[in-house]
Amino acid sequence: MKNEWPLWEIFIRGQHGMSHRHVGSLHAPDAEMAIKNARDVYTRRNEGVSIWVVEANHIAASSPGDKGPLYEPSESKVYRHPTFFDIPEEVGAM
Amino acid sequence: MYAQMVKSEATNDDPEKLAAFQERIDRGEKIEPKDWMPEGYRKTLIRQIGQHAHSEIVGQLPEGNWITRAPTLERKAILLAKVQDEAGHGLYLYCAAETMGVSRDELTEMLLDGRMKYSSIFNYPTLNWADIGAVGWLVDGAAIMNQVPLQRTSFGPYSRAMIRICKEESFHQRQGYDAIRKMAEGTPEQKKMAQDAVNRLWFPSLMMFGPSDKDSTHSEQSMKWKIKINTNDELRQKFVDQTVPQIEFLGLDLPDPGIKWNEERGHYDYTDPDWSEFFDVIKGNGPCNVDRLAARNKAWDDGAWVRDGLLAHAQKKAARKHAAE
Repeated sequence: MKNEWPLWEIFIRGQHGMSHRHVGSLHAPDAEMAIKNARDVYTRRNEGVSIWVVEANHIAASSPGDKGPLYEPSESKVYRHPTFFDIPEEVGAM
Repeated sequence: MYAQMVKSEATNDDPEKLAAFQERIDRGEKIEPKDWMPEGYRKTLIRQIGQHAHSEIVGQLPEGNWITRAPTLERKAILLAKVQDEAGHGLYLYCAAETMGVSRDELTEMLLDGRMKYSSIFNYPTLNWADIGAVGWLVDGAAIMNQVPLQRTSFGPYSRAMIRICKEESFHQRQGYDAIRKMAEGTPEQKKMAQDAVNRLWFPSLMMFGPSDKDSTHSEQSMKWKIKINTNDELRQKFVDQTVPQIEFLGLDLPDPGIKWNEERGHYDYTDPDWSEFFDVIKGNGPCNVDRLAARNKAWDDGAWVRDGLLAHAQKKAARKHAAE
């Protein structure tokens, strides 16, 4: 326990042009080894073209209790969606 | 099933919170690590996911036993890839368990000192190459039966681990069937080996699903929480129904004279495994229990200097970088 390798969160770019996506985590002594281990654990079947690793304790996360203050304000702003506006058919594609 | 007889933990939580939690599960919402959850849910899942992870890791031993003796270079490469997948599956699952607040080292130590279990099936030996085919086909086949529904389990990290695992598992079963098919279609001696492997591994495979529903005391709460989706007997029946035609295709005899198609039920009847043997293996008296735990302990002890050395190196490098800044 005292000597456990730190936990790293792994992000993989699946294909060129896509963004990196969180795929899981693993333990490694440092970033270099984390990338090597991520190669073995998360890309055994060509799942990636690029790997990011971030030490898990460097990630700050919102908490479930903040759901209201964080996301409720956007619920009342339906005009942010294009379907809010009626555009006459004669105007054509918009 | 890689997790057998997972004892469910009693919960002593605020009834209001419990009810709200149950509603979330009933709505099909996923529970994420930072969400409130009953203590019993957390403890039961740590035990279940941990046991599942340990099974993947210990499961490498019976197959690893034949990597250096695979009959061809191709079979060797395939088996190596399969065993490497099992290591990966163990890692996905350990990470899922760790999100619930247990550390990797704690999980490892609980396996090594016998406080946590792994699937009974891995306490049986792999005596020859035919066993490797039968393990991939039957053991991974039984595991898939259990893991496919678990993709829908209520705990997000567990569900995501199961989805990854299921994507890879089908290769395991097919390579096993392919290997044993080669033997079943080979010389009379090879066919005999294939038959012997099926005969020996059939009942231990049925035991993987855990005791019969009437003796399975922990199912109800787990099913309510959607950390168990089907009952043991449901999954066992599904496995038998799927596997019998596969045995027949190989031209092998059925390993149980009690297997008969039951028109009325629309299922195969079969003989229950010897449950006293199952409980004996769980207790530590299977053919390989001692070897398996000894091998895991040795690997952990022998690897200590590597773990410590790499960590010391990383810390030294970080300190040097810090000093230079």
